[in-house]
Amino acid sequence: MTVLITIAGAILAVAALLALWRVIRGPSIVDRVIGSDVLLTTLILVVGTEMVANGHTRTIPLMVVLAATAILGTVSVARFVTRPEATSATGATSTPDGAGFSSRSAASAMPDSAGKELDS
Amino acid sequence: MIDAAPVAGILDIVAGVLLIGGALLSLAAAIGLLRFPDALSRLHAATKPQILGLVLVVLALALSLRSWTSLLLLIPVVVLQMLTAPISAHMVGRAGYRTGDFDAATLVADELADDVADAGRSDLPGASEPPRGTP
Repeated sequence: MTVLITIAGAILAVAALLALWRVIRGPSIVDRVIGSDVLLTTLILVVGTEMVANGHTRTIPLMVVLAATAILGTVSVARFVTRPEATSATGATSTPDGAGFSSRSAASAMPDSAGKELDS
Repeated sequence: MIDAAPVAGILDIVAGVLLIGGALLSLAAAIGLLRFPDALSRLHAATKPQILGLVLVVLALALSLRSWTSLLLLIPVVVLQMLTAPISAHMVGRAGYRTGDFDAATLVADELADDVADAGRSDLPGASEPPRGTP
């Protein structure tokens, strides 16, 4: 039993590190959001695994809260990314820079800056 | 805890196997996150542990704790995740489509492209736009 839990913990640690690598590397804001989603899911699994390992129930509320609020960051960032499209959809014409707001182009131009692509 | 030692041992082993199953799903999602070329295919990999992996770990937890009170607390975890995970995946998929963060040549079907063309939207990735490069 302890061996199985240890193996599961090691696998989860590797998964969290790989997801973190995708969050760091990007290249677009959508990739980072997906990476953080996987990281949060892995965190919920880690909390559950830790409860199995130590045989307590104290962090079940943490699992409930994480499962309920995991959507908030993802949806807000997704809305933020698509906002130029949403505003141009209500107007008659598309925005002048509508074709250039792809976060990938900004990310490839500045691969080292995480925040710059938010401006595009 | 139940005093019947053989049953308890079997349940513990089953719980450990379920834990490893959930962890492997999470690892598969992370590997897909690294290996897949664009946001939409990464999303495909990322949504696997959100439901099935969580269900496996919660099952392992229920088999390990073996009390009705904890089961009552664990059901909302699965229910809430089942309610919210499709919404977030839908929103991220929409954002990925609108930013053109996918390789149009790899798509089997792009049912949204016809509607985009009908609406006369040249700024959205559709049939008229050449596929963007993969990273």
